[in-house]
Amino acid sequence: MKKRLTEPFWWSLFGAGGVVSAFTLPALVILTGIAFPLGWLETPDHARMASLLQSWIARIVVLVVVVVPMFHWAHRFRFTLEDGLKLKKYDAQIAVVCYGIAIAVGVLAVYLMWTL
Amino acid sequence: MNTITIEVSRYRPEQESEPAFQSFEVPLRKDWVILDALNYIKDYLDGTLSFRWSCRMGVCGSCGMMVNGTPVLTCATFLESYAPGPIRVEPLANFPVSRDLIIEMDAFLRKLKSVKPWIVRKEEKPIEEGEYLQTPSQLADYKQYSMCINCMLCYSACPIFGLEPEFTGPAAIALAQRYNMDNRDEGARERMDELSTEKGIWQCTFVGECSAVCPKNVDPAGAIQRYKVTATSDWWKSFLLPWGNK
Amino acid sequence: MENTSEHSGKPFVRKIPIFWWIRRWVDLRFVLRELTSVCVAAYCMIFLFYVRSILMRPEAYEAFTAQLQSPVMIVVHVLLLGGLLYHSITWFNLAPKAMVIKIGTWQIPDLLVAAANYAGWIVISFVLFWLALN
Repeated sequence: MKKRLTEPFWWSLFGAGGVVSAFTLPALVILTGIAFPLGWLETPDHARMASLLQSWIARIVVLVVVVVPMFHWAHRFRFTLEDGLKLKKYDAQIAVVCYGIAIAVGVLAVYLMWTL
Repeated sequence: MNTITIEVSRYRPEQESEPAFQSFEVPLRKDWVILDALNYIKDYLDGTLSFRWSCRMGVCGSCGMMVNGTPVLTCATFLESYAPGPIRVEPLANFPVSRDLIIEMDAFLRKLKSVKPWIVRKEEKPIEEGEYLQTPSQLADYKQYSMCINCMLCYSACPIFGLEPEFTGPAAIALAQRYNMDNRDEGARERMDELSTEKGIWQCTFVGECSAVCPKNVDPAGAIQRYKVTATSDWWKSFLLPWGNK
Repeated sequence: MENTSEHSGKPFVRKIPIFWWIRRWVDLRFVLRELTSVCVAAYCMIFLFYVRSILMRPEAYEAFTAQLQSPVMIVVHVLLLGGLLYHSITWFNLAPKAMVIKIGTWQIPDLLVAAANYAGWIVISFVLFWLALN
């Protein structure tokens, strides 16, 4: 039986992650990394942030924003490494490492959102 | 009469082990293209210069070469654009060099054949039933991809093909799409089995250079991305609904 | 003597150097575009730990946000923002090539598809700002 190609699956995650990151990350970077620390906008206090994250919807949104773009990175970085450094012959190993890291981050994120 | 220097890559396997450049002075005529300069060299300066050409008007796809590092049709590229020169002419990148400016294109022709660039029917329609009908809108669906002249400039521009010679490549995939999107065709499944593979569409990382150099605006990069979407939705359908496979 | 030339009729294969993408600006720009995925991954990790600090104790959140105020972290975020903006812009500009949508026989022009993406980006950014500031 012909081995089933899994590329489309990873490419779907790459696409989804690209969409999520393209739409959400710039605003988040500006908020958390520039506007709040520099005082351009008033940093919300802990109570306010904690209440925002109480609902399970908010936690799922965080999971989506963090985990799916990690798979976008994994797929894209795998090809960038292989094409940029001529490492195509190590594709199997590089793929395992890249997707493995994304899966690990996913597990960690789920654990944190579930237990904290 | 003004002249311009052309540095031509020479390679004669029977007498040298690697290519080297040879310079020629050719007239810098306003209406001359690179191909005219090459023919001038062959006619008056060095009859041993070897290169491919045919229609000299941008429709046959024979005269593709690297000019100052960019793949172009030499019949459509004017000398004056590069004045005062020198102009460096080399064989199309990413292909083995046969001789001088001639490259080996056997691999490309094999790939082209492998995507079945013809109307595939489960059953041929008998003559008595008349012609296949196609509306202008149905023609518009695939017309852009039918403009490919197999000049292979896109392969020279594609760094992925340079790194991975087994990659099916832009033109072959665009031509597969030309038939996939033709309403008379029934071969999409066969082509997908050939193309949704490691050396097929999944090598492509959408660099986009193929579409940038295409002299016919085929936009092979767009064809490949659309095919990725098609192949992916097909994959999910067969994964989530495995019983639905025809 | 027999012609033992190994080059007789042998096609010459030109080698691609490992750092092929440094030579031309077009190739370098492509690699930079692809490397924006590293900015994506980096900020996702930062954001994960940011949220984690909120979910722990108030002191953890205070400590984390204090760290974000250091000049190094500000510079890092400005660089990440640059990379993420380049990712977003190149993504939205290329999206029409993959998302070919037809209504009947009319294909939505690339410009409209891209514009819709940009509009969605602005809306979502506003929502995020509103959520954080209200």
